Amino acid sequence: MAMINLTINNKAIQVEEGTTIFEAAKLNNILIPHFCYMENVHQIGSCRICVVEVEGGKTLMASCVTAATEGMIVHTNSERVRSVRKVIFELMLSDHPKECLSCWRNQNCELQDLGNLIQLTEFRYEGAKSKDVIDSSSPSIVRDSSKCILCRRCVTVCNEIQGVGLMNPHHRGFSTFIGPSEDELLGESVCTNCGQCVLVCPVGALKEKDTTAVVWEALYDKTKTVVVQTAPAVRAALGEIFLYDPGTLVTGKMAAALHHLGFDYVFDTNFAADLTIMEEGSEFLARVKNAFTAPGEKAVLPMITSCSPGWIKFMEHRYPDQLDHLSSCKSPHMMLGALTKSYFAEKMSIDPANLFVVSVMPCTAKKFEITRPEMYNDGFANVDAVITTRELGRMIKDAGIDFRNLADGEFDSPLGLSTGAADIFGTTGGVMEAALRTVYELVTGRELPGVKLHIKPLAGLNSIKTAEVKIENPLPQFKFLNGVTVKVAVTSGLKGASVLLDQIKNGTSPYHFIEIMGCPGGCISGGGQPRPVNDAIRTRRLEAIYREDEGKLIRKSHENQDVMLLYRDFLGVPLGHKSHELLHTVYTQRSKN
Amino acid sequence: MYPVTELIKNLADQHGRSRHNLLPILQGVVEQERYLSEFSMIEIARELDLPASEVYGTATFYSFLEYKKMGKNIIRICKTITCSMKGKNQIVKTIEEMLKINVGETTPDGNFSLLQTNCLGFCHKAPAMLINYEVYTDLTPEKVREILTKYINNKGKEV
Repeated sequence: MAMINLTINNKAIQVEEGTTIFEAAKLNNILIPHFCYMENVHQIGSCRICVVEVEGGKTLMASCVTAATEGMIVHTNSERVRSVRKVIFELMLSDHPKECLSCWRNQNCELQDLGNLIQLTEFRYEGAKSKDVIDSSSPSIVRDSSKCILCRRCVTVCNEIQGVGLMNPHHRGFSTFIGPSEDELLGESVCTNCGQCVLVCPVGALKEKDTTAVVWEALYDKTKTVVVQTAPAVRAALGEIFLYDPGTLVTGKMAAALHHLGFDYVFDTNFAADLTIMEEGSEFLARVKNAFTAPGEKAVLPMITSCSPGWIKFMEHRYPDQLDHLSSCKSPHMMLGALTKSYFAEKMSIDPANLFVVSVMPCTAKKFEITRPEMYNDGFANVDAVITTRELGRMIKDAGIDFRNLADGEFDSPLGLSTGAADIFGTTGGVMEAALRTVYELVTGRELPGVKLHIKPLAGLNSIKTAEVKIENPLPQFKFLNGVTVKVAVTSGLKGASVLLDQIKNGTSPYHFIEIMGCPGGCISGGGQPRPVNDAIRTRRLEAIYREDEGKLIRKSHENQDVMLLYRDFLGVPLGHKSHELLHTVYTQRSKN
Repeated sequence: MYPVTELIKNLADQHGRSRHNLLPILQGVVEQERYLSEFSMIEIARELDLPASEVYGTATFYSFLEYKKMGKNIIRICKTITCSMKGKNQIVKTIEEMLKINVGETTPDGNFSLLQTNCLGFCHKAPAMLINYEVYTDLTPEKVREILTKYINNKGKEV
């Protein structure tokens, strides 16, 4: 790579050709104030805050989109730069409601952070406000256009990362707004509710629909038994809200905090993740058996995982003719909800009408999922409310719980025990690995080969990951699989999902089993997780998840004793009648636009 | 098949179905239909396999891609400074009186829509207006009446 020389703030520096001025400065410990920039994701210079002065240049340049060139002399802090930066910020604020104290992003807002750098003493440019639409039609996401500062980060993630293409700029100039088209409501659109836009919004324009009020109400209601469950990825990120380093596991403190908040039972979605493996693994084996022993029938392979409700809705819109590839399993928290209101209610002699189930999820799409008509049994919603990791953080703070000084607590029985296989559901590749740990052992009677039970190619943040597992000397009832190489693929983020689904559509998919998670990196960076999220933080959370797995004595779902008890006492066998009633679901064909 | 669906299919056959073929297709629909209805935008999205939101975003960005129902003839009067100084308001008033509509409206018979536009590049012959793709310059109230009468006598078809 050719190197070029330039000067920034009188410092001679050398960088690779193609480096932007912003990056060149950053590499040399010069921080240029910036706003819309997101490394490797969003660098389009839309906000102009990162302007710098280049000697000989007629105008100031946005450093995040201007490449450094040989001999360039750059000033990031000249009088002109500072005064222009200030005016840009003031103009941004002139079309922004400055109601910070009633804004949910107060103290957690990138516009406030910028204000902290620029330090205004007055608002010089008050003028017309361009937007005032609040769209709360979606059960997952609220869009308050009045707060939008048109940075277009949500446009980038919705189009380029997720390939959904719903968030787009409309009209022009002062009338520009970002969203679905004019009269289209988020709740009636192709929005997958993944919440990646919420995660990158620097201000309060996109937020999850807050359901903490509903949860507080249930907690205060003396007639209700309130049950809470937490997803695997929450424990790897909740700590960040309480200023722990990314990747700090706070499982014990989280369970303790939930007890302190007044939940009657604290269950673990991970229990149902183990159960999912039993059901989904059995479903996979049934499909494979069909494919290898009944050649006349059309076997629907590859089978695709169904834990991610954002992914499910995307599939229903984009690939309505391929829905039979989806596993019929409900997502783990829906399973746990269904069991709470049946198995647990029966066991404890509680009227399910008085049970209120809350799920703490890293996900905004789960808020939509619980409203689906399929997620009801005997007239009761499987889950009554979903709060995100961020909302749980707010509740803990609101309740005055000193999170950092909490003694570790425990999950409650009988829906609280889980294995390491369930923990890794929280990260991309995890469901596949967990499934293979069980399926391989069921088929061969031996442990899945691989260091520490891991399938290395399936871990990490690459978009599409694949692996092959060869079956040799299977147990007699699976002898039709002898010598078969099982091909699997894993992707996270919906763009990769389209690639794998197009293969299925064209009949060229070589895979037997595919795991798809709606958010890049899996649930660890779901739309309900603490901000910020970037690849460095994803990696830390991912490592934490694997640590949680490796720290467990039991790391295979079929060895979860409580799951086995559940089958013995209540469900019968995987894919049995009760399972079908409570744990499986159907999908809906939806329109493409 | 709706006529506009057929039109869109033909335009896509002619121009191609990539993202960069969107603009000529939008223009083609506007040429025929005078505006892009929500229905046509969704049809274009389907035909090109693009998100409808992107089609809408593109259509609303460009001034000459109308997305509200328009009359058969679209009159656009230049509203920028030179034309304003040289009597644009008089011209607008004359047309409003003749057609009995205000700027931004369409005649009940659907023959004319009256809009204002930014600079047409005819400052030296101000005031100027466009009717569909025809430029008329050095306008006076008399001249405008004459031009419009021709359009009206032709029952709203171009002369």
